[in-house]
This record gives sequence, structure tokens and C-alpha cells, in this order.
Amino acid sequence: MKAYDTVIGLEVHAQLLTRTKIFCGCSTRSGLPPNTNTCPVCTGMPGVLPVLNRKVVDFGIMLGLATGCRIAPRCIFARKNYFYPDLPKGYQITQYEHPLCEGGTIRIETGQGVKRIGITRIHMEEDAGKTIHDEKAPYSYVDYNRAGVPLLEIVSEPEITSTDEAVAYLRELRQILMYLGICDGNMEEGSLRCDANVSVKPAGSSRYGTRTELKNMNSFRNVQKALEYEIERHIGIRESGHEVVQETLLWDPSRGVTVSMRSKEESHDYRYFPEPDLVPVEIGEAWIDGLRSGLPELPFARRKRFSGQYGLPAYDAGVLTQTKALADYYEEGVRLLDRPKEISNWIMTEVMRILNEKGIPITGLNVSPAMLTGLIALIGGGSISGSMAKDVFAEMAATGDSAESIVERRGIGQISDETELLSLAREIIDAHPDEARRYRSGKAGLLGFFVGKLMKATRGEANPKLASKIMKELLEG
Amino acid sequence: MQDLIYISIDQHGVEGALRKDVKITDDQILHVADLALIRLDDDEVRGLRSQLDKILGYMDILAVVDTTGVAPTHHPLPLVNAMRDDHGQGCQDLDDVLRNAPQHEDGYIVVPRVIGKGMRENA
Amino acid sequence: MLETARQYRRNEKSPVEETRAFLEKIRRDPFNAFITIDEAGAIRDAQAAEENLKSPEAGALTGIPVAIKDNICTRGVRTTCASKILSDFVPTYDATVVKRLKDQGAVILGKTNLDEFAMGSTTTSSLAGPTRNPLDPSRTPGGSSGGSGAAVAAGLCAGALGSDTGGSIRMPASFCGITGLKPTYGSVSRYGLVAFASSLDQIGPMAPTARDAAVLFDAIKGHDPLDSTSVPRDYGPTDLDGIDLKDLRIGVPEEFFGEGLNPEVKAAVRSGIETLEDMGARVVEIGLPHVRYGVAVYYIVATAEASSNLARYDGVRYGLRARDVRELGDMYARTRAGGFGDEVRRRIMLGTYALSAGYYDAYYRKASQVRTLIAEDFRRAFSLCDIIAGPTTPVTAFRLDEMIDDPLSLYLLDIYTIPANLAGLPAISIPCGFDSLGLPVGMQLMAPHFREDLLLGAGISFQERTACHREGP
Repeated sequence: MKAYDTVIGLEVHAQLLTRTKIFCGCSTRSGLPPNTNTCPVCTGMPGVLPVLNRKVVDFGIMLGLATGCRIAPRCIFARKNYFYPDLPKGYQITQYEHPLCEGGTIRIETGQGVKRIGITRIHMEEDAGKTIHDEKAPYSYVDYNRAGVPLLEIVSEPEITSTDEAVAYLRELRQILMYLGICDGNMEEGSLRCDANVSVKPAGSSRYGTRTELKNMNSFRNVQKALEYEIERHIGIRESGHEVVQETLLWDPSRGVTVSMRSKEESHDYRYFPEPDLVPVEIGEAWIDGLRSGLPELPFARRKRFSGQYGLPAYDAGVLTQTKALADYYEEGVRLLDRPKEISNWIMTEVMRILNEKGIPITGLNVSPAMLTGLIALIGGGSISGSMAKDVFAEMAATGDSAESIVERRGIGQISDETELLSLAREIIDAHPDEARRYRSGKAGLLGFFVGKLMKATRGEANPKLASKIMKELLEG
Repeated sequence: MQDLIYISIDQHGVEGALRKDVKITDDQILHVADLALIRLDDDEVRGLRSQLDKILGYMDILAVVDTTGVAPTHHPLPLVNAMRDDHGQGCQDLDDVLRNAPQHEDGYIVVPRVIGKGMRENA
Repeated sequence: MLETARQYRRNEKSPVEETRAFLEKIRRDPFNAFITIDEAGAIRDAQAAEENLKSPEAGALTGIPVAIKDNICTRGVRTTCASKILSDFVPTYDATVVKRLKDQGAVILGKTNLDEFAMGSTTTSSLAGPTRNPLDPSRTPGGSSGGSGAAVAAGLCAGALGSDTGGSIRMPASFCGITGLKPTYGSVSRYGLVAFASSLDQIGPMAPTARDAAVLFDAIKGHDPLDSTSVPRDYGPTDLDGIDLKDLRIGVPEEFFGEGLNPEVKAAVRSGIETLEDMGARVVEIGLPHVRYGVAVYYIVATAEASSNLARYDGVRYGLRARDVRELGDMYARTRAGGFGDEVRRRIMLGTYALSAGYYDAYYRKASQVRTLIAEDFRRAFSLCDIIAGPTTPVTAFRLDEMIDDPLSLYLLDIYTIPANLAGLPAISIPCGFDSLGLPVGMQLMAPHFREDLLLGAGISFQERTACHREGP
């Protein structure tokens, strides 16, 4: 089999976290009873007109700045004409010529290192409603609650060359959107949707192969599997001496195959033209500067800084910067207690475990950074042992109480009373004369045996350092 | 009346108006009817073809206008940045949404089953 | 209108009696000016007006009975656009202009007839049948706001609203011997006006006199946050006493007096211009070299926008839905085939073609560029003159049985009115004389953006001097 190069371009639709829809005052909330979240504008009644939500432009500019795009000094809306029951006006208001942003990049990191993927354009548009098909009835059911929810469409250059890169790109873009606070990034619920253009060509060839368009990949896993399937399909077709047909395909996750939706011949003539009901948006430097100054540090930069500034491994830096809130949590902890590695370890293990168990974001955790560092300080001060601290942490997460009050309430605290430990240690040595003799004749490794016995006798509450010191003195003394 | 109108065609039509060459074919009429989702019978196709052919012939007078470097006008007034703030007045009652609907059930608008593939853009 | 308002305030007339009288006339209307009469609503409005008149803060239009073209949405009152596809449609919202009229206390009598979706110049393509010209019922009132024009001319209302995309207010005003104003694009909200061509549509007043038109215009104009193309600016009230025409420069473009113009219309308009000169105005020769392309530009731009604006009539959420359909595509195609009349279908087809792949540049884009050249012609002209005068239409009202079955010929009737829509300019049609059959001739005056004051002021002064607007054939 010949070697092939894969060429992938992604089109991502991100639902924006505005309060109201893009062209009317209806809420963007989801999960409401059908058609209760609509008005004459978003249901396309005769005579009504759209008015642009300024926040949508703000969010678009923010994403443009975050991805290094040129922000258009003047952009316009266009109508994309096609018929479908959940498209109320018979056209979608979108951008075609003169989009909001053009020419940016997103940096991704894979096993192959860092790579820049070009962003062709970012534009604003309205979402459609939802059509529910009933297999048993001769009807379909339409709900316009989603119609008019604002979207940004982010189109990449065809510069993605593997499924790993595609997933990395999508993750990075999702993280940026979430850092900016403009999209909740939920792929399963459709707040982030991904379409792909896929083609393969003989390795090294400069001529692109025929591409197909993939839709309906509503999770990272599905993106990965659908792309892998489609690339294999393309290669298989070429290997068998056939031509790939240009068409649009739907990913069927239950069967794990791509299914033809329409051929090139059936492709639409959308008759784009400038939307006469909306006027151009002119974006001056002041508008852009105002938004730029409010931009957070972005995931890629923050990952790099975490590695450098706190001496964390790349993996840890990646985990800690997964979400802006988690990274903020970590940095607040470090600000309160200058033990970056220890705090990182706690977050990577105990904190993440609780978050995963409960399925909550860091903002839903009962333990504030100050409470976590309070706990870590108790360990450092020798008041409690590490293993005990894990129990205390679990209780903190359950109750929201501080480490100090839990330790006090439970009467736990390390036994640092030398007299008590001394008498216990003597009993242990007396009970194990053979081991004591062997230790004294040079078998130094047996110290651990005795310290372990002492710890056990105190149900772990002995200060391990003190226990070790006392044992050593008694055995050698 | 008829005479008056034809005088004005001659006057304003310059060269190209009412040309004899075919501007649009029956197949094109059918294609456009497909895009516009209007079903036409054969007589209607023929009728529309001959009418549009004549109208498009008249439109040819634009071909002689030099528009090099001329920006298109999409709005007669140079307005920009008509926007609203991100808050709303709430939505209408469900009764208002459904009031004019030909068919509805449990709050949904009901339509005949979608069969033809490829009518759909955003999944 | 102003006199009626004064009589109300002197208790010489009552809004309820006045409204009942108008409703009685409308019931016996032989011209088919109305599609829907809202008797209950009108009486209710009139009763409220009687109460409100007791307050010194009552709006200027309190108790004045008006009619609304049936492509302007009225909450709770059927709005059909004279189309089968919307024959049962009842809006749940008022157009901004309707809301403003109601806020001013106006009584809304009903909804007037039009060409289907305002596409036409004869008011013959209506689902409700043709409207007839009250001055000669064998003739067309013009269109598309022919119902409003006929209602005003027949005295079935004190004034009316029409809409004007390529001449649909001015042409029926001209044919019916009344005054009609197409305002500057963006000075009257389009919210609630069922769109034909969004970049050209504008609502405006139709009334027996320029002064009444000014009163209505003042009531409906102004910025509306619900219409993005509505212009925010300071809209002062119109001076209802008219203007001094001394030294007003009137541009007369030779392009408006070419061979296509009926000689009797030409003579009447010339004499109207002479009257303006007698009143102190100065005539200036101007050129508008690109207006000859106006009809071609218009019928590309307007139909392109219409093809998209009318896509929402698909039988899904409201309006007609074809019965006994197999599946969705079938429902769409049969609903739209059966719901739209010939002219609407023709324009949807033409506009769809002009936007379709491979033809966009040659038609839609080219037309939009020539539109720029037409607007520039006017900009240059208005550096030489204050208003432009010419005929409203090339002919006077023609007989319905003489109507020719040729769309292009009918399109060319709009030749003088279209340029104002393309350039977004305000334009008024005022009666300026009669032809040999005694049919009224309209004179069109155009002004720079937002200079309705010049048009209405000149109209008011002109009508104080002449009697054309008061005379029948």
C-alpha cells in the first residue's frame, strides 16, 4: 500500500453565552418546553426585522483577538437561502463576504510537538431550530427555541494532517472559547459542533485529493472515530483504483460508519447576498482595545508559564490549565502558600478525584484554595500525616469545613508526645528480641520494621519523623 | 396605453433591449423553480420562459454601463452599527406562536415528514 | 383632517358618529378599496377617542379615521397582503406605524386592497379582486397601494397609509388625484411592513391634501429601535403653513420629459412647474444620465430581495398549507405554487435567477453598482437645485379592460418613480392638472434625504394656490 497524506479542514460552530438571541430579545436558555422561547422575530413572522445583539460582536472580536485574526474594520451580514422547516425565514442570516475575522492561528501540541493551524475566518450567524422526526408517524415536529441563538463559525485552513491534530485543534479551540467565557464547550449538547472536510493524497503530492464533508460528530471520540473511518475509506477507494466522490456524509456513531447525505450534484445554490435588513458593523480601534484589555491569559501561554514559573512537568501544566477556573484555583493556592509542586500534586490527585466522582467543575468544589493550602500547611507543620490528610480532605469536600476544625473535632493530630511514644517503643522492642538483636548486629534495614510497628500501634497517629528518631535511639542506645 | 409603453421601451431600451437571442431555457426555468420551491406545470414553464426571456433581454441595457471600480449600493443610506444591548423583553405566549400554525401538537409545529435527503444544512 | 380635529374639540362632531359615517360609506363602497373592515375595532377606537378628547393631552389624530394598506401588520386584525398564501394570517403584533397612529389616537377603519405582496401598479392581482378608480370605475386606481388611493379619493377615510417600493404610493396618488408621499428611506419604521424589497420599501401617507399627508407623516416618522435601517436623528414637526417658494431652485431633468411621456401628462406637469415658478421658484436644468437604467436595476434588485423575503411563506408556521401532501418537499412546492399569484411567482423566479450561481455578478451585482451611479446622479443634481420636479407616471389612469398582458410594459410605468426608491430619496406626488378626459395628472417632486419639509411645504403652498387637488374629473 502506498503512503498517503491526510488533509483535514474543520468548521466549528460555537453557541455563544449571550443572555439573548442574536437578533431578538428572546433568551438563549435551552431545555424549555417547545416554542415557548420564541417571538415573532425568531419564528420569522411576516414583517418583523432583526436587530443585532452587540454582545455577539464583542464575543466574535474576543475570539478573533485570541486567535490572532485581523478584525474587519467593517463587516456585513448576508442571507444564505435554503428551505428547511426549522429555518423560519427560508434563509439563515450569516456572514459571507467581509466576515468579522480573518487570518488567525491556533497553536496545538501533539506527540509531534507544537504546530500552528491557520484560521481562515470567524463569522457570526444565527442557529436554526430543531426538527424531530418520528419514525412511526408521517410527521416531523419543529421547535424554534434554538432558532436565533448566536453562533460563531470558525473555519480552519486545510492544514490538519492527522486525526490526532484534528482532536488537538478542537480541544485547543474549545479551551480558548471556554477561557474567554463565550461558549460552554459542551459538544454532547450541541453548544460546540464540528464538521470536517477530509481528503487524502499520495505522500508528498502537492495536488489535493477529492474531499468529502463530514457532519454530525458530537463528541471528541466521534470526531476521532469518524475521521479515522473516513480517511481509511478514502485510502481504500484509491487503493482499489476508484475515485473518491465529492459528497456530504453523516457520521453514524451507532454503526461507526459515514453515510452519504447528498452528492455534489445535489449541493445547494445558496444565493448569498448582503442582508438588506441589517446595516454594516464598523469596528474601530477603541472597540477592539477595550476588549483586548479584558482578555484573559490564554491556555497555550498559561501552560507554558506554569511549566516555567512553577517548575511543573508539561503533563501537570496541561491538567491544571484545562479550565481557566482550575488554573485560577491553582494560582490562588500558590499565592497563599509557596509550594507549587505540592499544591499541584494535591490538585492532580485528590481534587481531581472529587471533581470526577461528583462530576462538578472546580467552581462547585466545597474546598477553597485557602482551605486546601491550610490543609497542606498542617501536613508541613507535622500536625497530621499525609494519609490522614486525605481523609481530612474528603471530609472538607463533603462538609465544607476547614482542615483545622476537622482535625480538632475528630481529635486527631499526630502523637508528638515523646514519653508516650517511648513507652510504646520499649514494649515493641521487648516483644521482638530477635529483630532487635539482628538490627544491633548491623541489619540497619530493620529500622523500618520497628517504626512500622510503632505507627501501627498508634493507628498512624504518630509523627513519623519522631517515631523513627525514638526507635533509633532506643535500639542503638 | 400599449403604444405609450412601447415608445418608452424603445426610448429607454437602447441597444440590446428586446433582443432576439435566448436568455433563458426551459431547463433553467425548472432549475430556478427548484431553488424557489415552486412547482410548475409545462404550460407555466413555457409561459415563464418567454416572459423572463423578454425581461432579461431588457436587463441587457445594463451591460453597456461602465461600472469599473463602482461600489455596489445595498443600502440607500450609509447607516452603520445599529445594535441593541444584550437584554430582552421576554418571549411571546405559546398561544401566539401557534395561533396561525396550520398544524401543531404539544407545542410543536407539525409538518409532513421530511423525506428528501439533502434539504438540510446545519445538522 | 385638521378641520375635523378642530370640530371634535369644539364638540361639533363626534369621533363615534364620524367613524360610523365612514364605516357606512365603506360598507357601500363600489370600488373594492378594502379587504378587511374592522368595524368593532374602529368603534372601540372611536369611543376611546371621545374619552381622550376630554383631556388636553389628546394626540393630534384623536378620533381621525384612517385606513391601512393590508401589507402592514395590525395586531388581531387579518393581514393578507392580498395573497392566498396569507389569507387567514392574523398578526400578534402591530407594525410600528400602526402603534404610532394608535398612540396618536387615530381610529383604524380597516385594511385596504393592494396588488399581491405590493407587486404591481394596478391593484388587480389581489385575492380580493381589483380595486376601481373612484374617478372612473372602469379604470385602475394605480398600484400597488390602489386600495388606499381609492379609499382616500372616494372619501372612505380621512387618510391612509400605503407602502412604496418602486412608486406604489405615488402612482395611485397620481391616478386618483390625491397627495402621496414616499418618505426618505429610514425615516419611517418598516417594522411590521410585510417585506417586498427591504432596501427599497418605505411606508408613507396618502391623503386628500399635502397638509393632511404632513400630519400623518409627522405621526409615523421617527427612529425605531426595532428597525436597524431606521435612521436615528432629530425629526422636527413639519410646518403645516407651507414654505415660501421664493428662490427655491427646481431642477427639471430632461430625462423625465422624453418621448415615452404622454403629451397631455407632459403639458399638465409643465404647467405645474410654471405655477411653482409663478410662486417665486427658479427652474434649473439638470441631468440624471443614469435614471434610464432605473427600471432594469429595480427589477433585478427588488425581485432578488423579494425572492428571499418571500421564502418564509412555506406553509410551516402560518398561512396556506397545501393539503394531501406526501412529504415535506411536496408540501413546500405545492403550497408555494398554489399560494402565490402569477406576478409574485414571476418576480420570485426572476429574483432567484438573478442571485443564482453564475448570474449573480451579471445581474444582482451589476444592478447594485448601477444603483450607485443613479444615487450619484442625484447627489450631483442636488448641488444645483433644491427639489426636482417631473411627472409621477408617463400616463394617466388607464381602463382595466385595456390592460395589456405584458409584464415588462407594466414595469415601465414605474420609470419616473423608481429612481427615488433606488436612491432612498423622499418624493411626493401632488395633483397638478388633468388630461383631456378629465383624469388627474400627478406631479412628482423629489428632495435630498430627509427634506420632506421641502416637498410637503411646497405641496401645501402649491395647493393653496391651485385647486387641482379639490377637483374631480
